[in-house]
Amino acid sequence: MTQLIELDHVSRTFRVPGGTITAVDQVSLAIGEGEAMCIVGESGCGKTTTGRMLAGILRPTSGRLLYEGQDVWQKKGRELSDFRRAVQLVHQDPYASLNPTRTVFQTLAAPIQRHKKAKGTRDATNRVRHLLDVVGLTPPDDFLVKYPHQLSGGQRQRVAIARALTVDPRLIVADEAVSMVDVSIRISLLNLLLGLRSEMGVSIVLITHDLAVARYFAREGRIGVMYLGRMVELARSEALVSDPAHPYSAALIAAIPEADPRITRTKERVELKSAEVPSLLALPPGCSFHPRCPLAEPGLCDVLVPELLPLAVETGREVACHVAIRERTPAAELLA
Amino acid sequence: MTAIAVPRTRDTLPRPVEAAFEFLRLLSRRPSGLIGFIGIVFFLLLAFVAPVFVPPQEQSNVNEIYQTPSLQHFLGTDNSGRDVLNLIVQGGKEILSVAILTSGITTLIAITLGSFSATLGGRVDAVLVALADIVLTLPTLIVLIVISAFARPTNFVSLAIVLSVLGWAGLMRQVRAQVLTLKERDYVEAARSLDLGLFHIIFREILPNMRSYIVIHFVQGMTGAIYAQVALIVLGLVPFTGNNWAKMLYFANSQGAFYFRDAFWFVFSPILAIVLLQLSLVLFVNALEDIFNPRLRSS
Amino acid sequence: MTPILSVRDLSIDYRTRRGAVHAVRDVSFDIEKGETVAIIGESGSGKTTLAISLIRLSPRSARIIKGQLLYTNDRETVDLGTLPEDELRQFRWSECAMVFQSALNSFNPVINVWEQFVDTARAHGMKDTKAVHARAEELLELVRLDPKRVLRSYPHELSGGTKQRVLIALSLLLKPQLIILDEPTTALDILTQRSIIDLLGQLKKALGFSMIFISHDLTIAAELADRMITMYAGTVVERASVTDLFYRPRHPYSVGLLRAVPRVSGVIGSLASIPGSPPDLIRLPPGCTYVARCPLAIAACSDREPDLVPVDTPQHDARCIRWKTVAEQVGSAEVAVAEKIATA
Repeated sequence: MTQLIELDHVSRTFRVPGGTITAVDQVSLAIGEGEAMCIVGESGCGKTTTGRMLAGILRPTSGRLLYEGQDVWQKKGRELSDFRRAVQLVHQDPYASLNPTRTVFQTLAAPIQRHKKAKGTRDATNRVRHLLDVVGLTPPDDFLVKYPHQLSGGQRQRVAIARALTVDPRLIVADEAVSMVDVSIRISLLNLLLGLRSEMGVSIVLITHDLAVARYFAREGRIGVMYLGRMVELARSEALVSDPAHPYSAALIAAIPEADPRITRTKERVELKSAEVPSLLALPPGCSFHPRCPLAEPGLCDVLVPELLPLAVETGREVACHVAIRERTPAAELLA
Repeated sequence: MTAIAVPRTRDTLPRPVEAAFEFLRLLSRRPSGLIGFIGIVFFLLLAFVAPVFVPPQEQSNVNEIYQTPSLQHFLGTDNSGRDVLNLIVQGGKEILSVAILTSGITTLIAITLGSFSATLGGRVDAVLVALADIVLTLPTLIVLIVISAFARPTNFVSLAIVLSVLGWAGLMRQVRAQVLTLKERDYVEAARSLDLGLFHIIFREILPNMRSYIVIHFVQGMTGAIYAQVALIVLGLVPFTGNNWAKMLYFANSQGAFYFRDAFWFVFSPILAIVLLQLSLVLFVNALEDIFNPRLRSS
Repeated sequence: MTPILSVRDLSIDYRTRRGAVHAVRDVSFDIEKGETVAIIGESGSGKTTLAISLIRLSPRSARIIKGQLLYTNDRETVDLGTLPEDELRQFRWSECAMVFQSALNSFNPVINVWEQFVDTARAHGMKDTKAVHARAEELLELVRLDPKRVLRSYPHELSGGTKQRVLIALSLLLKPQLIILDEPTTALDILTQRSIIDLLGQLKKALGFSMIFISHDLTIAAELADRMITMYAGTVVERASVTDLFYRPRHPYSVGLLRAVPRVSGVIGSLASIPGSPPDLIRLPPGCTYVARCPLAIAACSDREPDLVPVDTPQHDARCIRWKTVAEQVGSAEVAVAEKIATA
């Protein structure tokens, strides 16, 4: 699979009152054409920052963003704007993602007309209608003249997705795009995104804190788990969920409450040594997870930062954990 | 699949009419605003429509100078025997025209400079902000006096330009602050990554969200322009203007009418007109702020 | 045994410009001593309106147009709907406390946690500062926090999970019999959520209070609830024990919800969204409010709104005339609905 877009040892720091934080630390990630993957993690892990760097909205402070093999931030003018359009971001908050003073038609027609994807108003309207069909807002004519405040949260997200599609993107980064939408319609939005991938070959990266959503969405793809700015595990979805390699992933999966009383009340939890999440201003030395990790080994885990390396037992699985790599075994087994 | 909001019962009316009804209904919640609105309408009619029906009087009648109000002259007469009421009717047009023009120019300059400054950032922003700050520190009236003494405006447009030279800075800073906030919105970010261009982002994405802001400042600008105008005219620095309210005060001053008891109505009428006009504008603007504040609206 | 809270035919309307919003309609349920009830619903279901009406904190535009809120403690039974304000103030916090979502404006940002405790205590008649301090320390330890650090801190210095624990501690100040929690784990990270859920379970076991959860999140009901109520368009559509509702639902909306929630364990199952959107609460359809989105809807469903009727398992009611068809489709096995439908 040719790599469509790639983050190569990308870091991003921010200046905050109190010092400098490294929101994303040396993350490398390659996304192929037509791939659906998820980046998961808790708040402060850097997943949103990573997503925004993928979309070209934020510039990395070090490392490279490669699009079709070329360094994006070295591009200028026409090439840079071509990239900008090739990767689109869908935002989390449906109540802020659309301009309240513009109708659905105006919002969708503007990029179409600007980039000459249609000839004249009639053609543009037809293209808008087609996009509304694609995102499931039917009949399209009902929605053309509506303002955002006349639509529900789920409908607004569909318009936002349609807007992203107006420029024929190759990759859509959905930043918590279903988190603020009612539970009963999340699946249909996720299916819509998956449909874009199977019908139109658009790659999708879904950023979420909800591992259950990630498992559903990425079931034919990969999930990347982030903690305090680093990617700690990258694995195929079913492998991650049934057999996590990193102790943090194992703790997360064990901690998730399930919509099934029998399963959830008898599930085994992973006890962590501490509930305190370190501040990004004062990261622990070595592996930043070691103060909480039940497998941490003094002298190793508190000194050396683990690299994201393939777990030799199987391909397609990378983990950043000294113990798991050394034992050649996923942490879940080690913790049991 | 139905959207959550149910269309209004009145959605058979065309949108502008519906919007007008909605506006008047909201206005009626703030009685002072309604009074202000009526006052503005009254003055607009008085200044622009009434003169069509009431021709200006040419002759002076020396026998009737400084008459007190009577059935023939409701507000008395001036130093040349002319009817004061007639003068009031004729005298609003210039004041209001210049006020509207000035506020329009000021608002236009402030919006353009403010929004470009905020979106372009960097050195452009720094220069424009510094310029605005300098203009803000100048003592407005004095500088206006100096400028009009040198520039000698000869028509309304140049007078409006002189008045707006100093009036744009405050609004520009505020527009800039608003745009700085709005440009962080998700939909503006989306417009940028869709490569829609600077003009589209400013004039189609950001400024339409500031519509109410702009309208309110426009009306407030009018009060400022009236104030500045009156000051300049009374000080005699704008010789070309015809007989408007402020000019009446200028004549009153130069003719010594302030010392003449019978001339009371000649002096008082234009002051009353100006004060009532300003009051109407202010009451209306205060109500506008309430109307445009969505939190107060939905209850 | 008299239930400690008995809600009977409660109906609440909001006055708005466009008309009366029927936010809560004919809601009835009981909660026993020591029981945990989860009220599950999505936006527009009326669950939040219901929750704040239980402690009579509704805004002035909301009116109880019908029904009773019968609260019983050791001494007496009162109707909260008719209680005067000063007695309500006594009722609040000492009999029934409410824990709001920690992220939303629950804290005064300019005072620290200790002052928050003092304010709350004083507002409910506890004037002895020493006693309040001792109790505050006791409660913060109960919720696994370091009292010395937390009491000095301002809200912005605390994480979401810590704030939620403080709110829980505050609610226990006067040893209430009933605690109502509004979206207690929404907007919290996975590990923090887990610790709050575990904490609530432990506190309940230790202190024996009754709990009402209001949430859109089914998983918290699965974790902690004894009984569950699903709400749709302002009314109760199903009432059951937690196992009955998860394994043997009898209302199409409950089935729809269960099929719409992705899971981490077990097979992925057959997941689907519920098409459509909730009805306008000002102009409700004449019959069942779920008709526009229900896969089992027939003509008779639009005639009149169904009553809440008992179904085939004990203490289990559903507002659906076709509940038997739902029962056939879903069966009675102790397996999650999504799995059953996938393997059917």
